[in-house]
Amino acid sequence: MTAVDAHSPYPRDYSLTGPEGRHAVEIGLASADWYHSDVPRKVMKDLMRRRDGPAIRDTLLWLVLLVLSGAGGVLLWGSWWSVPFWIVYGVLYGSACDSRWHECGHGTAFRTEWMNDAVYHIASFMVMRNPVSWRWSHARHHTDTIIVGRDPEIPFMRPPDLVMGVLHFIGLPDVIFWMRTLIRNALGRISAEEAEYIPESERPKAVFWARVHVAIYALAIGSAVAWWSIIPLMLIGGPRIYGAWHMFLTGLLQHGGLAEDVVDHRLNSRTVLMNPVSRWIYWNMNYHVEHHMFPMVPYHALPRLHDLIKHDLPPPNTSFIDAYCEMIPALIRQRREPGHYIRKTLPATARPYREEFHNAVGQR
Amino acid sequence: MAEWTDVCALDDIEEEDVVRFDHGERTFAVYRSPDGEVFATDGLCTHEQVHLADGLVLDDTIECPMHNGRFNYKTGAALRTPACVALGTYPARIVGGRVQIEL
Repeated sequence: MTAVDAHSPYPRDYSLTGPEGRHAVEIGLASADWYHSDVPRKVMKDLMRRRDGPAIRDTLLWLVLLVLSGAGGVLLWGSWWSVPFWIVYGVLYGSACDSRWHECGHGTAFRTEWMNDAVYHIASFMVMRNPVSWRWSHARHHTDTIIVGRDPEIPFMRPPDLVMGVLHFIGLPDVIFWMRTLIRNALGRISAEEAEYIPESERPKAVFWARVHVAIYALAIGSAVAWWSIIPLMLIGGPRIYGAWHMFLTGLLQHGGLAEDVVDHRLNSRTVLMNPVSRWIYWNMNYHVEHHMFPMVPYHALPRLHDLIKHDLPPPNTSFIDAYCEMIPALIRQRREPGHYIRKTLPATARPYREEFHNAVGQR
Repeated sequence: MAEWTDVCALDDIEEEDVVRFDHGERTFAVYRSPDGEVFATDGLCTHEQVHLADGLVLDDTIECPMHNGRFNYKTGAALRTPACVALGTYPARIVGGRVQIEL
């Protein structure tokens, strides 16, 4: 691993409507030709193959555990014994929803399309994301991953706000931001940023679904007031605050501290080996380089893909601790030197980084 | 005037798969359906200009390898966002074990 200090102008304009976005288009960083490891077509076809079985199994388990832990929390309400149930319910709702939203949004979790759509809509509600806007936002994230002025999903804009990074673990800033966005969409307003990636024909759908989500949240709040009990909010909406910590524990590692404005996912994404429980909650998105390089591969095939191409990737981080020990110092340093990023060393078996494509930061 | 253009041997396309075919300045995706028929569409996804020949053929749909937009490759219809605009389709046939498309 090498620490790189790219001499480039900071602070940068991360908005999608500013000059950085236009410049990215001008210099060919937008919709660019990204690096892909070689995988024979026959093997890739097998990896991409869709199956209903794994996602049906995981979804049934998810729903059963949600019901059991939620019921345990409600039945034992008022006793300390309810706490472990709420901890489990919170993570299943407030964290696992993110990976279900993600995989079903890609349409890769299930073979049967209506199953992808059904789980996508449920998970979008749980994670407080407009199901229409975020489909388009995430498509842009894949086209222009961590390209400044193009990617609407850059978690750490430099210099990084570390206080906000920590606050994410209690979900609060996120919930306030996305609830405001949902309410704004429900009022029929699409921001200039959203208009950058949502086609006009899709905007009425974004407004419709925002209204559905806001109505359900209003019902939950109304129930809490009517019964003078916080339990409805512990079950609906609240877990997005008290149970989101695992989503951020895993999600912040995806790109944190790595390069901006490169067209090789090996430089801007991170694969982290982690325990099986976290991998189940996260639906294997810890194989993040692999996912970005080949987004058609379903979550259940990512470990196989990792084994196939790991000779061409930087060594994965070996644990959460290893990954955070790498990322946190880089983020702290980016406070002083925003151009700094972690440049991972490739194994001797890998094809080298294409330098001509990776010096764009210096040109911007 | 439209004319039939040779693409490849039928055996070069696996069943339920797609290959890329470049002709002059243009690029196409040529499909072999699970029941052995052949079809042809524009090669690039109408969403982000990604080549569909790297995508996944599922029954009569092709899924874009970048954003998972889907099209019916027989009709060109866009079936799943972010694909919203239909693909152009071209007549295709098998003659003497060769695949041809009409351009």
